Amino acid sequence: MENFAYASPYSVKDAVGMLSNKWGEVEVLAGGTDLISMMKDYLVTPRLVVNVKGIRELRGITGATNSIRIGATVTLDEIAESALIAKSLPSLHAAALGVSSPQIRNMGTIGGDICQRPRCWYFRQGYGLFAKGPDGKSLVPGGENRYHAILGNGGPAYFVSASSFGPALVALNANIRLVSSTGSRDVEAEKFFVTPSADGAREIAMLPNEIITEIHVPIGSHNSTCEIREKTALDWPLATASVSLKMSGSSIQSARVVLGHVAPTPWLAQAAGQSLAGKTMSAAVAEEAAKQSTSGANPLSDNGYKVKLAQVAVKRALLAAGRA
Amino acid sequence: MPDTMPDPKYAYPPMAERRVIGKTPTRVDGPQKATGKAKYSSDYWHKDLLFAVLIGSPIAHGRIKSIDSSAAKATPGVTAVYEVAKAGDEIQWCGAELFAVAAEREEVARDAVRKVKIDWEIMDHLVQEADLKAAGKRAKAAGEQVTGDPDQAFQDSGVVVSEGHYAIPVITHCCLEPHGCVIQWDGDSINYWPSTQSLSGIAADLGNLLKFPPDKINADQQHIGGGFGSKFSADRWAVVCANLSKSSGGKPVKLFLDRNVELMIAGNRPSDYANIKVAAKQDGTLVAWQSQSWSTGGIGGGGMPPIPYVFTEIPNKRMNHTAVAVNAGPSRAWRAPNHPQAAYLTYSALEDLAAKLKMDPVDLFRKNLGLTPKLLRDIYANQLDKASELMDWKKKWHQRGDSGPGPVVKGLGLAMSTWGGAGHNSKCQTTIFPDGNVVIELGTQDLGTGTRTIINQVAAETLGLPMARVTVKIGSNKYPVSGGSGGSTTVGGVSASTRKSTVNALDKLFEAVAPSLNVSPDQLVAVDQRIQVKGNAAKSLTWQQACSKLGVNKISELGEHDSRKPDGLTTGQVGGVQMAEVSVDLEIGRVKMVKYVGVHDVGLVINPRLSDSQVNGAVIMGICGALTEERVMDSQTGRMLNADMEFYKLAGIGDIGEIVSHMDIRKVNDDRGVIGLGEPCVIGVIAAIGNAVANAIGVRVPQVPLVPRRVLAAIERRNA
Repeated sequence: MENFAYASPYSVKDAVGMLSNKWGEVEVLAGGTDLISMMKDYLVTPRLVVNVKGIRELRGITGATNSIRIGATVTLDEIAESALIAKSLPSLHAAALGVSSPQIRNMGTIGGDICQRPRCWYFRQGYGLFAKGPDGKSLVPGGENRYHAILGNGGPAYFVSASSFGPALVALNANIRLVSSTGSRDVEAEKFFVTPSADGAREIAMLPNEIITEIHVPIGSHNSTCEIREKTALDWPLATASVSLKMSGSSIQSARVVLGHVAPTPWLAQAAGQSLAGKTMSAAVAEEAAKQSTSGANPLSDNGYKVKLAQVAVKRALLAAGRA
Repeated sequence: MPDTMPDPKYAYPPMAERRVIGKTPTRVDGPQKATGKAKYSSDYWHKDLLFAVLIGSPIAHGRIKSIDSSAAKATPGVTAVYEVAKAGDEIQWCGAELFAVAAEREEVARDAVRKVKIDWEIMDHLVQEADLKAAGKRAKAAGEQVTGDPDQAFQDSGVVVSEGHYAIPVITHCCLEPHGCVIQWDGDSINYWPSTQSLSGIAADLGNLLKFPPDKINADQQHIGGGFGSKFSADRWAVVCANLSKSSGGKPVKLFLDRNVELMIAGNRPSDYANIKVAAKQDGTLVAWQSQSWSTGGIGGGGMPPIPYVFTEIPNKRMNHTAVAVNAGPSRAWRAPNHPQAAYLTYSALEDLAAKLKMDPVDLFRKNLGLTPKLLRDIYANQLDKASELMDWKKKWHQRGDSGPGPVVKGLGLAMSTWGGAGHNSKCQTTIFPDGNVVIELGTQDLGTGTRTIINQVAAETLGLPMARVTVKIGSNKYPVSGGSGGSTTVGGVSASTRKSTVNALDKLFEAVAPSLNVSPDQLVAVDQRIQVKGNAAKSLTWQQACSKLGVNKISELGEHDSRKPDGLTTGQVGGVQMAEVSVDLEIGRVKMVKYVGVHDVGLVINPRLSDSQVNGAVIMGICGALTEERVMDSQTGRMLNADMEFYKLAGIGDIGEIVSHMDIRKVNDDRGVIGLGEPCVIGVIAAIGNAVANAIGVRVPQVPLVPRRVLAAIERRNA
């Protein structure tokens, strides 16, 4: 990696004062599980790295009447170990457990997870976020795209969002608090993840001079996450579904169905959610919503199988949430 | 006595009399390895140690127009640079060695090496071989091999013909400890800490490459983190490292490949693709085989694997093979070279035929044992029985696809293996000191198989001592020469030389002790830490007392195993039967291992715990190849896209299932002497798993690894 300056402030105020208005100049270090490897591969070369692990305000999981507050530097392991989250937010809990290994769970943070960069192998080999070949066109459609996007893949972005918590946070209508030196704002998880279209842009609606301080997740829904991988552990999902159901007795009042690892962002499958309203959960109802969840999918040459996997993930997540 | 007659004095004790051999002590270096005390060459550290970084080619095929390393040389902290490639060189694969830098700190070397400027003339590349038609001039057909009259045999009335396409990709060795070394070239001598499977040969190899006298090269390696066939030679990296040390004033330099370079250039197993047609009579008797295969192992193409495998005597055969030259790192010997591919192609085709005949493949294989090597027919018959019993095959097996509604279904698959495995040449020195200490020295290496423990057991057995009273020294070329660990030859070789050396040393001790017991030396035996008169336990000396009779003189005796005269201590030629049980989630195409049974005959088993451990490792390796592991090459950029441990997917503990290892330990096998196991147990794994999946889902998935993408596509074809 390139040489860099290092700061370890103890307050949010001090931290945000060190940030830049331009992506790439200053990077925020939390668990470091993604950032350090990107720096070692010279994919990011910040002049300054700001460690936020020393900031107390960013820690802790606390419950309120209608929501749970999760500090930005809460580790994946803390989420996996939290009885509060296991009880009220099983979809988030499952997402934390789905990340392996224990070493990554011990280091990685929820703030880092939702900011982590795509795993696209062209991107990681230095071809840029849009995987451009020498002719300026994306290498993905004509290349090895078995793990790439099937939805929202009109270009130039073909990668999939790597966030493990993203789908659950979107499904649960979480709010992400962003703070800069000029103030703070809450962004809905659904709007936090964006598909970039310009060089140098990132996959999040955050500005380079902001940090995440905490995430507020509403409770009270029946929710669940189902992830499908090639391996049992230590592997990225091929497809994920997180669902959140507001129930009225045995009837579904409203539902949010979100796919992961199939699009450049967590993918809110609106039609699938709407199809569930007013229904009682059953295998047939889940199956129908699952089919709708991938409407508009446009598979590339080698990733058509992910359509089926996403549908199965939705079906299984819905049935699990329905049982809860 | 003619040379071919075994010398009976070296024979291993009869099975019933063994006290250490055949028992199951844990590894003598297990605690060291588990606690991190075991030092690998890549752990080497010295206060003057310099770090070297090697940069590999970013392009798959091209010519270097110019190379400018001045900025790298000028970087503060850089002590030396070494150009592997020169202007005008044609580079044939991504990752090919270009340039290296040594520096006082690793990060300085990394920054400096990036400053080298190379101007390229880009040339056309080919990195994928699955589509033979696209290979053009890169494909070179070998001559056709024909036995009998295959055309007629396929047309005979009453025969059932099965045709299929099967593919097994390139996989890499992916050693946990990458290739590399530490070298200190200080004037007249070289100190060399390699990571090698051939400790006794590595100094000569490096000496040859450097034009430096090999007897002035001290090679030392106490542990190695994986080799699998890829670590026999000193390689270019040692030459680079040696020259960097020399240019840095003789300071030690550490050069180990980065993970991505390790995966790109440090060895791989050639692929194989084949269209295969087989025919049998209605009763399952195999009558004809026809194969059109192609493969690559890099720019040199790839040879035909030994197909049809094991069932070599199918009367009518036609084989055609094409080697495809691709711009990717060169292949190296990979644990049982070409056998896993041959097993996969052969047993996939035979299982498909059995399914078409609606025949249990165990019955098909048994029916055709007459077509396997004569020496192995009875062995295979026994092993098919034993494996079937351990798998409960008869109860669990069902016709292909007859596996219930799902979504999770189960299936069984079968494979067989054969290998040589006779011991290599080996010399061993046994020294008995007057104070009773015993030191055993061999210039061998422990590839991770437990070689130290094996040597210790054999020595303790001969000398009538507990293992802890014997010190085993290996891992240095100052010890007597022992062969490289390849071809499953180590256990047979080191056991034989250790046996001979310890018998020779004990004879000398008997000679020294006999007068004080008033008997002739040939009346003495060593047992339970005593030297005693045969049949008279009362007339004896403790080991300590006996050794004290040596006065001031130690005993130092060589034992030599010459593979041309094995003295009955080791032979080769083994068989094996492998069975896999899998479950498949039909909705997501996900395969999971349920159970695996490996039945092997490997002659005299020195330590069944270690042999089980070998099987466990091999099965895990095979599961990777069957379910997750493949090299992914990008046709546009010419690069390997998964040269990392993230998308180069190795199985984890949750992917393994139950492993049942059965060693066929019977007198008839024991009498054959010691035979290696490292390769035999890896051969059939992928084939057995592929067949189990076909049995479960009712259709062949033509290409491994059997990831959801491929399994779902096969299920869709079945449903169409």
